[in-house]
Amino acid sequence: MSLRGKAAITGFAEMPPQKRPEGKTSLGIIAEMARGAIADAGLEKSDIDGLLTAASLSDFSMLWPSAVVEYLHLKPRYFDQVELGGASSAGMVWRAAAAIEAGMCTSVLCVIGDTWDSKLFVNKPPPFPATELEFDAPYGLSGANAGYALIARRHMHEFGTTAEQLAKIAVDQRTNACANPQALFGKQLITIEDVLNSRMIADPLRLLEIVSPATGGGAFIVTSADRAEQGPNRPVYPLGAGEAGEHSSITRAPNMTHSLVKPAADQAFKMAGVSRDQIDFIQPYDCYTITVLVTLEDAGFCAKGEGGRFVEENDLTWRGDLPCNTHGGQLSFGQPGIAGGMSQVIEGVRQLMGRGEQRQVDNATIGYVNGNGGIMAEQCGLILGVEA
Amino acid sequence: MSFPRPVPAVTDVSRPYWQAAREHRLDLQRCDDCNEWIFYPRQVCCECLSSALSWRQVSGLGSVYTYTILHVPPHPGLVDDLPMIVAVVKLDEGPQLTTNIVDCRPEEMAIDMPVTVFFDDVTDSTTLVKFRPL
Repeated sequence: MSLRGKAAITGFAEMPPQKRPEGKTSLGIIAEMARGAIADAGLEKSDIDGLLTAASLSDFSMLWPSAVVEYLHLKPRYFDQVELGGASSAGMVWRAAAAIEAGMCTSVLCVIGDTWDSKLFVNKPPPFPATELEFDAPYGLSGANAGYALIARRHMHEFGTTAEQLAKIAVDQRTNACANPQALFGKQLITIEDVLNSRMIADPLRLLEIVSPATGGGAFIVTSADRAEQGPNRPVYPLGAGEAGEHSSITRAPNMTHSLVKPAADQAFKMAGVSRDQIDFIQPYDCYTITVLVTLEDAGFCAKGEGGRFVEENDLTWRGDLPCNTHGGQLSFGQPGIAGGMSQVIEGVRQLMGRGEQRQVDNATIGYVNGNGGIMAEQCGLILGVEA
Repeated sequence: MSFPRPVPAVTDVSRPYWQAAREHRLDLQRCDDCNEWIFYPRQVCCECLSSALSWRQVSGLGSVYTYTILHVPPHPGLVDDLPMIVAVVKLDEGPQLTTNIVDCRPEEMAIDMPVTVFFDDVTDSTTLVKFRPL
């Protein structure tokens, strides 16, 4: 069973992340992103008969998909929400293709918007699972900073990974952001020293290794392969997908340094029939530097434990030997809440459509995207390509 | 304004665990059918899905699997605890739990350090299960 060649991503829209909502709501952002993506794909609103969305962190509610349907006056024959945290956007790609292949619909709008800010959960409890509120939060393990710091500390212990090596990821991604006018932090290059001198937040993770909450959103259209050929953009085909999960709290992960990125990536590469050396760029979810390091290892771009040396010896910028998060990553582009992972899917599509402008990767034909939710809890690997 | 610290919202399923902690005893569930130690408390065994679970007292001994030192409060009710050591301790019986290490300076922390349980009566009704160096 493979989804290869059955459907394609034909258009997208993306909002530059901003620090504050400035009067925007999550549904309003979703509507603006929907309008942009539908037009970009050369479609009319009436062509959209499928919807995949994810409830925003800021106005989290039940019945979210129908709230989006009502706000936009859509008439879907297939609609749902994907609740895989930061992996939700990546998870929409194959679900949309599968729904099209199953005959449920022909063109799926995949869209998220969020008005996230760091003060959101000060006066109300975060909507974490009850088990985590009961057994983790009383000890200070709530939110992602501590969770990823636990992984980073263990990785340093097992493999000798250094703070300088982790910092290099933030530095290279910042270089990419400086070639992306849409990035929230794209004005000033940073050095490894800048990262090491930034404020310690959750030892060993420092401020410049941690995503900054933002308001933003994005959307993309998945349509049947025959329709895709008629659109204005070069179609981008999902060639392979893989997902994996086995814990929610990182404390209950069977192994903190060997993540579920591996089974998800292995399945995606197998379905695509693509090898690692055919990959022209990667867009791995990057809530923290350590997330990228572990993903590089577990997705098979270097051996387990050698991620630190790999990032030291390789240029991860858009013009480097393994372009990584060419939009700057969420670390420098910004993390618009649950829409954060959307930026990685859209940047992968943008590069393959040849619309990367000043950060275009030369001759990009196949890319790897990873969505990651919670504390390495939900993984979705995708292989995207320009040939079905 | 000061915020109350986050405390567990105890359920009927977890009450024996927190009650034991209140009495300064570490009790975990064990599956009568497959002998799996279970943490956190559940209605069925997370391995074999059996409902035959019994509460057993455990040693309270374990080692630090990993840790972080927080310099920014994860919750407004924990401001006074900074810098706080959040750790994952692997119990000798197998399960891992989220905890804090007490009686230990941040620079003394080390992975694999042996620890023993310490019961911290943080409020009149809540005792948290913490650990200290052995």
